Amino acid sequence: MTEKKFARRDVLKGTTALAAAGMSGALFAQPARAQAPAAAAITPELIEAAKKEGKVVFYTAMDLTLAQRLGREFEQRFPGISARVERSGAERVFTRIAQEFSSKIYAVDLANTSDHAHVIHWKRDGLLAPYLPEEVVKHYPKQYYDPEGFQIVTRVLVSPLGYNTNLVKAEEAPKSFADLLDPKWAGKMVKAHPAYSGTIMNSTYQTARDLGWEYFEKLAKQRIMQVQSATDTPKKIALGERAIMVDGAGYLIIQYKEKGDPVDIIYPEEGTPVATSPSVVFKSAPNPNAGRLFQNWMHSREGQQIIVDFARQYSPHAQTVEKPGVRKLADIKLMKEDAEAIEKGAEEIKKRYSALFKV
Amino acid sequence: MTLALPAQKEGRRTFKVDFSVPVLLTFAALLCVLILLPISWLVMYSLSEVDPATKERVFTLAQFRTLFSDPDLVEPLITTMIVAISSSVACCLVAAPMGWLVARTDMPMTKMIRALVTASFVTPPFLGAIAWEILAAPNSGLLNKLYRFLTGAEMDAYLFNIYSMPGLIFVIACYTFPYVFVLVANALDRIPGDLEDASSILGAGTWTTARRVTIPLVLPALLAGALVAFLQAMILFGSPAILALPAGFHTMTTKIWSLFQYPPKPELAAAASLPLLFLTVMLLRGQQMILGRKGYSIVGGKSGEPRLIRLGWFVVPAMAFVVIVLMLPVFLPYFALLNAAFSPIATNLVTSATFTMKNFHFTFFELSTTQLALKNTFILGAAAATIGTVLALVISYATARKAITGYRVLGFLATAPIAIPGIVLGVGLFLAYTRPPFVLYGTLWVLLIAYITIELPAAYQQLQSAFRAVHPELEDASRILGATRLRSLRDVTAPLLRTSVLATWCFIFVSTVRELSAAIMLFTSETKVVSVLIFDLKESGDLGAIAILGLSMLVLTFTVVIFINRLPGFGSSGLRNT
Repeated sequence: MTEKKFARRDVLKGTTALAAAGMSGALFAQPARAQAPAAAAITPELIEAAKKEGKVVFYTAMDLTLAQRLGREFEQRFPGISARVERSGAERVFTRIAQEFSSKIYAVDLANTSDHAHVIHWKRDGLLAPYLPEEVVKHYPKQYYDPEGFQIVTRVLVSPLGYNTNLVKAEEAPKSFADLLDPKWAGKMVKAHPAYSGTIMNSTYQTARDLGWEYFEKLAKQRIMQVQSATDTPKKIALGERAIMVDGAGYLIIQYKEKGDPVDIIYPEEGTPVATSPSVVFKSAPNPNAGRLFQNWMHSREGQQIIVDFARQYSPHAQTVEKPGVRKLADIKLMKEDAEAIEKGAEEIKKRYSALFKV
Repeated sequence: MTLALPAQKEGRRTFKVDFSVPVLLTFAALLCVLILLPISWLVMYSLSEVDPATKERVFTLAQFRTLFSDPDLVEPLITTMIVAISSSVACCLVAAPMGWLVARTDMPMTKMIRALVTASFVTPPFLGAIAWEILAAPNSGLLNKLYRFLTGAEMDAYLFNIYSMPGLIFVIACYTFPYVFVLVANALDRIPGDLEDASSILGAGTWTTARRVTIPLVLPALLAGALVAFLQAMILFGSPAILALPAGFHTMTTKIWSLFQYPPKPELAAAASLPLLFLTVMLLRGQQMILGRKGYSIVGGKSGEPRLIRLGWFVVPAMAFVVIVLMLPVFLPYFALLNAAFSPIATNLVTSATFTMKNFHFTFFELSTTQLALKNTFILGAAAATIGTVLALVISYATARKAITGYRVLGFLATAPIAIPGIVLGVGLFLAYTRPPFVLYGTLWVLLIAYITIELPAAYQQLQSAFRAVHPELEDASRILGATRLRSLRDVTAPLLRTSVLATWCFIFVSTVRELSAAIMLFTSETKVVSVLIFDLKESGDLGAIAILGLSMLVLTFTVVIFINRLPGFGSSGLRNT
């Protein structure tokens, strides 16, 4: 990262999406082409303009209850603007936007995906509007936003293992990905799908890179129950439908455990897959002001604290306060995210995956 | 078109302007566009690809080579055949004896039984599949929990595994057997008692008569039922998406749908759709040939009431059989959904301590797409039912009265969509209406077109048989007195057809509300319908919200159907036509 003594503005121009997005290299070659937008506050004018539009349409890969909670809080905070939330898996959201845009349907104002590679696509195709909220510039570590304002990481997701504590004793629970290959877990595991979920696209890529595709080859022989969403696997183990979750939303396990469901989380020894989940505002937004207002508010301390308190996800906002009982992100051995590799290899990953798991 | 010439001469006889010819021609043109446009795009796409160098579409057979060589596509095709054949056989094994019991024996409560079969028809198959997940998922399923509780079996022992090929076949059969039942029961209703009496007089016993007379007479209907069940199972999308994917296998419909994932492969999807289309056409041809040969023309007229067979003590096992059969598509799933709707955990039995309105509150006051989806579904259902009925009415009039020269073409066009599976039509419409001259994708129109096209054949057949029952002399009288075709249709024929028209309207409405496979290809965020929303929720496992939405959908359907049947001036009319 450019630690030289530039004025802040220069740093903003020169620095790009950094390691998290994995695309810094490509963009350093042509610096300062796009002007960094001025950091924006939530001004009365913005609110007024947003109210005139009256609604905001948010496509998101967030867990439905979180997405709706954010929508409702937003509606209460800014009366007169209704928030329409369209939730699906990140890969579905991406497909939907591509399909709608190619038919010249511009319904979406802003989107949140859990697959950072999507942002690379959208940015390259010139679909995004630059927008940088003041608080993001002030309180977000630089790896969590694009200095040109094309994306801001809304939450950091991990995809650990999980298990049902009624069905498996803590001491017998698997400790690593390798443990899952034990024949005693055959028919007892549930797994989400990389063609649906961005979190799982990340975890599939990272696991295959670190452990090799042979790992999945062996895992596929364990009679896995295949669901779609990373938010479904925690539900399946909470119901007791399967004992072990191979991948999925770690935050839901934390939520459910706090609620009293018989589930617990395991951070695998090989490392836990991670996905930064960015949000973007589209150039073609039918409600540009409301979209910006939502983007700004969602990344403010207020919005981010909901993500921590209600959803139990990791926030990039430096001022958010974590509740006790959750392992800090820094204390988890994480695998390395590589959005650029996924951007190039997504189709291949899906193909290999469906060849192994048959769906 | 030259089709109009003879009819125009007819028009000159009166001094009034007769709009019937232009109207009929418009309808013919409309049908052509409705059906031919998506199908031509489908064929065109399946036979072409975009040349990466020139960006132009060039002819190729590559899609079909992939289709028949790639195991990823061949396997689903084989699976689909197995599933469709098995569930069709299962439907017949259950529905035929049940239809016979209801129509030909002194079984009690037959009206009730028929109503419950209708309820299983109204239940969307995907909702049934989700309900059966709650009931028979191997570990969390209510029935498996009950089994473990009763037998003290181990934690992971189970009786049923719904995520399996047999599980899928079972659930599909649950929601397709009404088709077979209705066909068989109706056929049995219409067989006159005289033939059976003749058999008895000649000394045959009850069972010999049934075996030698009744059953052969009803075979064509059973065959037709088996075929419909096969087709339904083949083109179903929701149930395999819900039950087959977790088990790790695809059917053709889920495969076609997955080909639209990014980067979409519409060419391959189009090519994969064509075998379904081809098979459907072949089967329908086959049915016509078989039925054509076995044309028992005794069915019809008004002879003696069918003779009811006395069941005697046999009524007990017969009743048990019927109750068990109805438990599977209706009682158990509805119970599971009700339980899931008001329980904090879908697969735990709700008690007074755990009863919660949380799901209800979430679905109606937090989920921002609920209202939109309910509104869209209602608008589309009502519009498709109204337009579809009018369309079917005009076309069946034209064909039943041979009103224009090209009536056969019209009849063929109206029946043709029966050969187009919903998901195939979805692909075709997507290709046809995402580009000029008709950019309709993203509007409710494209869904409306899909629904009308899908429901037209059934509506047309219903109304056509109704028209045949109304003697043309009444219309002739009206026309001799100077009314135009349209006027006599409106003032004379339509009132006589009231009941059939209402039944058709309700049929289209119900079918539209439960349609998923075309909608899943065509929806956008603004044009979401309830079935798609339920499917979305299913993918993220939100069972509570699904239960609430599914139940509201059923309430909406039943309310509309009952309301329509009670409309003043409709239904309750003293006029009868049978």
